[in-house]
Amino acid sequence: MHETSASHAAHQHTAPTSFIRKHVFSLDHKVIGKQYYGLALLAVFIGMGLSWLMRLHLGWPAWPIPLLDKLSAVGAPSGVMTPEYYLSLMTMHGTIMVFFVLTNAPFAAFGNYFLPIQIGAEDMAFPRFNMMSFWTTFMAFLVMMAAFFVTDGPPISGWTAYAPLSAVGGDAGPGLKVGQTLWAISIAIFCIGSLLGALNFIATTLDLRTKGMSLARMPYCSWAWFVTSVIALLAFAVLLPACILLILDRTAGTSFFIPAGLVLSDKLQPHSGGSPLLWQHLFWFFGHPEVYIAILPSIGIVCHILPVFARKPLLGPRATVGCMIAIGFLSYMVWGHHMFVSGMNPFSATLFSVPTLFITVPATILTLLLLGSVYGAKMRFTSASLFCLGFISVFISGGISGFFLAQPSIDIYLHATYFVVAHFHFVMAVASLFGVFAGTYFWFPKMTGRMMNEALGKLHFWLTFIGVYAIFMPMHYLGLAGNVRRYSAFVDDYLIPLIPVHKFITIAALLTGAAQFIFLFNLIWSRFKGPIASENPWEATSLEWSTATPPPFDNFGGKHMVVYNGPNEYGVESRDGKDFIMQTSPEKAPAS
Amino acid sequence: MGKLFAVAVIVITLISVSFFVMHTWWMPVDISTTGPAIDHQLEETMTGSGLLFLAGQLVLGLFVWQASNKNPARKIKMFPGGASPLVAAAIILVGIEILTLTFVGTKAWGAVNLAPAAADSLHIDVQAEQFAFYFRYAGPDGQFGGLHPDKIDDGSGNYFGLDPANDVAARDDVVVGSLVIPVNRPILLSLHSKDVGHSFYVPELRIQQDFVPGIEIPVHFTATQTGKFEIVCTQLCGLGHYNMKAYLQVMSEPDYEQWLKSQEGQ
Repeated sequence: MHETSASHAAHQHTAPTSFIRKHVFSLDHKVIGKQYYGLALLAVFIGMGLSWLMRLHLGWPAWPIPLLDKLSAVGAPSGVMTPEYYLSLMTMHGTIMVFFVLTNAPFAAFGNYFLPIQIGAEDMAFPRFNMMSFWTTFMAFLVMMAAFFVTDGPPISGWTAYAPLSAVGGDAGPGLKVGQTLWAISIAIFCIGSLLGALNFIATTLDLRTKGMSLARMPYCSWAWFVTSVIALLAFAVLLPACILLILDRTAGTSFFIPAGLVLSDKLQPHSGGSPLLWQHLFWFFGHPEVYIAILPSIGIVCHILPVFARKPLLGPRATVGCMIAIGFLSYMVWGHHMFVSGMNPFSATLFSVPTLFITVPATILTLLLLGSVYGAKMRFTSASLFCLGFISVFISGGISGFFLAQPSIDIYLHATYFVVAHFHFVMAVASLFGVFAGTYFWFPKMTGRMMNEALGKLHFWLTFIGVYAIFMPMHYLGLAGNVRRYSAFVDDYLIPLIPVHKFITIAALLTGAAQFIFLFNLIWSRFKGPIASENPWEATSLEWSTATPPPFDNFGGKHMVVYNGPNEYGVESRDGKDFIMQTSPEKAPAS
Repeated sequence: MGKLFAVAVIVITLISVSFFVMHTWWMPVDISTTGPAIDHQLEETMTGSGLLFLAGQLVLGLFVWQASNKNPARKIKMFPGGASPLVAAAIILVGIEILTLTFVGTKAWGAVNLAPAAADSLHIDVQAEQFAFYFRYAGPDGQFGGLHPDKIDDGSGNYFGLDPANDVAARDDVVVGSLVIPVNRPILLSLHSKDVGHSFYVPELRIQQDFVPGIEIPVHFTATQTGKFEIVCTQLCGLGHYNMKAYLQVMSEPDYEQWLKSQEGQ
């Protein structure tokens, strides 16, 4: 691992001068990281806007929503949503959030910007691939957005696109003609971008670590990005062919996912021999690891940031990395827990249930280690550290409900109810986004050279933290009462009494969503008007804080960094009277 | 700020838990023979997980409260014993909980999905389509007619694709829009779909099972109470998904026989 100086030489390149090469088609991992962040930011506000529309409709279905008829005159005549338009918005919300936000922000955006810097490299292993990854992902985003503007509207089959609804075309309903095809093409393109990115992350981590940066000294978020990239490589490699088969079923008359004898719109469909369950197996073989693609980078980010503000080392660094690897490994054995009631062999339910429950072991260890790291700390309460602490809370809340859904005997009642919606939003979406918020408040100074406004950051935290509990905790109660998800209105006798709970959730969602504009304002305002940041404003140890703010084009201004310590040297007494020792400091850290 | 965080976490936790404890929103009454085991499993999990939830959040609140102490002379403290006891505790405690839940839960799951239907079950055929359920009884001959997808015609009420002209067994099949069953008698449903995926969910029966186009899926249960309950679709099936429902009517045996006769007479 110490032959890295040769590979460094091979990757040296000079800073571009033209606007296009500097800011648009840039090979610089830092610019690409910011591009991914920008795309995720755009996507998250679109996704959130869609959830606002959905929640408004669920709370007050008859209310006309201003300007909605301008977006789709057919989908929302006079501003009142049709049932199919609700499903379209729901499909787009899930797809945009899972792929373009939860995969892009914590993994591709921060990973691109900080992985090379944290391991002392000048760039990614394959800068051209890197540029291609982003622009491929961007193209996927454009194709997905195009689905809003086709005549039959966006698809209505959910982000899981279960066949044969997603495969048989327009006979199954609106949105299933061009919209669904665009969805499948977009996701296939997204897979290509993600595969290129994952390969790049793996090669960079293994080959470009600087002198002294052994795997054991790698910061936890670099570890998380590395493990995530291995998961992504295997997961997207399955989703890509699945999407190609879906496109073929839709456009070339094949029948991979469509059996014989289906009658839709009074027409016997010209297909035979396919299996709808095949799509579910392929989709969830990707889909479950995708949960960890979303959450592991945020776990890594929190493990990286929490010690900085706790002023003490992370408890059990090796166990932390071991747990990340264990979670990544187990994530490939559990996809069937999404399919307990799907009609697959019921004996396999136990087979999938046991490893699913076993994932709670490394997840519990991680939680306990984070709690143990807070114990006895001299906590500095900043926006970043508050979001780390908030992460621990929502990760506990979201993880615990997994105990229910992992058991087939309980899932048979709770499957496809709001209990599931509560579970995955807490553990995958909210926890992951809390990691992204923590990362943003923490790294913004390094990325832009300016500090964010702490008062606004804390206000953002409080409104978001209380808000997400107000939105998602009641969904557990709805699920227990048997409230089915993916309904555009509640007309069943037993669901009508639950509508007041939905109204409460809608109000909470609107307020919590509004609080995100404080974050957006802070981001933009601080970019131009924030106080100038020093090289190491948080007194952190890792390599990104050993270089200029913002880092120069080659990251370290021509210096080859040498690493002497791990990232965990907090709460020590250094020679210069500080309570931390930089990774690059030749001062030997005392044995802990 | 730390103390405020601690208070917020504890208040949120206590409010959240109280609604679970009070059963403000809870499962409807159970009306099946297999339901009590499922309810028991859920309640056991609720107690175990609820305690973990409570403990996790309260400990977080407590540690953050302590960590916010601004005394400059205070030194950081490492967790007593380091990481190893926590790792061991997680493996042992969670491991035991997992094995127990799996051992007990498999029985509850098995009663619904692994045990064969009773030999004397009343067999009812179920067809799901966008956006309705149809139920078929074999009629006096006890035989179901064959299914011919090419003969499906909703306009003339041939939802299953029967061919009474050429198929004697199909002539007396009774097709209705509600699932009517006798109480305390084992029921065997055969689920199949005309078009896309659907699901059969009756919260009171604690049963949920997808319809998968191309395959026939058996479901069996015994209802223990008479009454009228909703059957709803839980698998996204298109624009009318939210409105796809039918009723389950559980009757006394004589009422059921009378109902069946009246249907056969039509």
